[in-house]
Amino acid sequence: MTARATPFRGSLTSREQVAVYEFNWLTLVLVPLVAIFLQAFFTAKLRWLAVLDLPMMVVIFFAVARRNPVSGCITGSVIGLLQDALGGPAHPIGMYGITDTIIGYAASSLGVKIDVENPGTRFLITYGFLIVHEAVYYGVGRGLLRQPLLWSWSHVALAGMANAVVGVLVYHLLDRFKQR
Amino acid sequence: MDTILGRYKNLIVLAAILFAQLIALAVQVKRPTQEGEMRLIRVWAIAAVTPFEKAVVHTEKWMHDGWVGYVWLRTVRRENEQLRADIERMKLEQARLSEDANMARRIQTLLVFKEQYIESTVAAQVIGTSGSEQSRVLYIDKGSDDGIKPDMAVITPTGIVGKIVQVSAGSAQVLPINDQLSGVGAALKDLRLQGILKGTPNGTTTLQYIMSDEPVKVGQEVITSGGDRIFPKGLEIGTVASAEPGKDLFLNIRVIPSARLDRLEEVLVITKIQDKLPDTKDLGPIRASDILGERLPGVPVAPGVDAAGNANPAAPGVSGSAPGTAAVGTTVAKPGSGAPANTANPSAVPATPKPARKPTVTSPADAGHAPAAAKPKPAEAPPQ
Repeated sequence: MTARATPFRGSLTSREQVAVYEFNWLTLVLVPLVAIFLQAFFTAKLRWLAVLDLPMMVVIFFAVARRNPVSGCITGSVIGLLQDALGGPAHPIGMYGITDTIIGYAASSLGVKIDVENPGTRFLITYGFLIVHEAVYYGVGRGLLRQPLLWSWSHVALAGMANAVVGVLVYHLLDRFKQR
Repeated sequence: MDTILGRYKNLIVLAAILFAQLIALAVQVKRPTQEGEMRLIRVWAIAAVTPFEKAVVHTEKWMHDGWVGYVWLRTVRRENEQLRADIERMKLEQARLSEDANMARRIQTLLVFKEQYIESTVAAQVIGTSGSEQSRVLYIDKGSDDGIKPDMAVITPTGIVGKIVQVSAGSAQVLPINDQLSGVGAALKDLRLQGILKGTPNGTTTLQYIMSDEPVKVGQEVITSGGDRIFPKGLEIGTVASAEPGKDLFLNIRVIPSARLDRLEEVLVITKIQDKLPDTKDLGPIRASDILGERLPGVPVAPGVDAAGNANPAAPGVSGSAPGTAAVGTTVAKPGSGAPANTANPSAVPATPKPARKPTVTSPADAGHAPAAAKPKPAEAPPQ
């Protein structure tokens, strides 16, 4: 029983307190590794599965569950850098690192303010963060590195939808690892 | 603070700073590997992920092979019969084609055109990707331990896949032809027009630098030109899906790759390519006049060829016959194709069908017994 309650600030929810969850260290290590492995493995079988971003979902899950911006940043940067490391020569190390760090920080900050336990909220935040993720990635790649990236609103909208649907299921699965 | 975070706050901050520095180091440091330098973080990540991918892929393959090879044999008999019929049909076709191939080889030997031969390949399984939409790199389960090196070509029986970019001991990274950083020397098979096949950020492939007044049509085949010195000449790349006028007087040609790049399982890495003269040992000794009398139209002696029919290196068309630059040579294998630069040499030979020309027709390995084997047959005058 490691869950603790923090006083709720800036109420956007009816709950008076928001639970902060902690995780076994093994979970913290293995879940991101499994997510990265699955991302690399399944996209080799079906290329279109690359629209799903399992590591980002893991970043969001840990960030909103732990509700600590510092740990959210660190989780995001570690997962992002690992994801970067598998990229090819067109993918400089740090692009996902920066993107997931921002996602981790934003998700944990949001987790402090709103209830992120119900599927509807989870769907919306995943959808929103996917758009933020794509925008930051595009900004870093296009703006800083002058990479020939393309932006397509329709693609981002559909990818957001797919990630949000899968994300709700993934979060439900990962809820089992919460310690409370 | 009684939480773990509070109790070990300083230690955690220290660990975080050290960790950040470690990551920064890993990003900067490049580890010298057998095949060049690789960033340390890439070495770690690959070492962490590829063993699992290999294990899963090999288990999956083992189970699939077991099922298909021992259990699911329902259609095997019918398939066998079909294959036998195919073999019979192909034998007939082969007999027809082998004559043309022998002829082409003789002519290439005659002209000292070196061909690129794939000497050895290594079969590998695709075990993963970058997992990103932007980067399309693939990982295969063979690395430097299996003789894989950077810049080796990766192909499938249906078409080319890409090239090796980074190699670790047990795995290698492949840059596919539809990655935005990829570039392949390509040519339109029918038109013999050369360009560069490039990948795009959205994963399609385009053939660039073909002038907009060229009659490029949908469905035309695109093959490797050999100009990139990575892919041997003549390998299938794909077919033209669309050709529209673009900017700068060039066509926008979209190419659909023949290899299923989005669903690859097994690939071949070309580990050795050799430039050599076509082997005409088994074809028997034959004189240039015999060949040319059969197939080639006779034309006057071209400038740049000496009286014995030997090509002058300064002559146009001959410079392309240097090792590795055989791109201009192959059109000779199509007599009557009207390629002016390449018909200069064959046209010169029939005018001087002297016995001194005989050794050049046989392969170097055969040169020792070629003169003896060549009977004193009167030189035939080629059709004029």
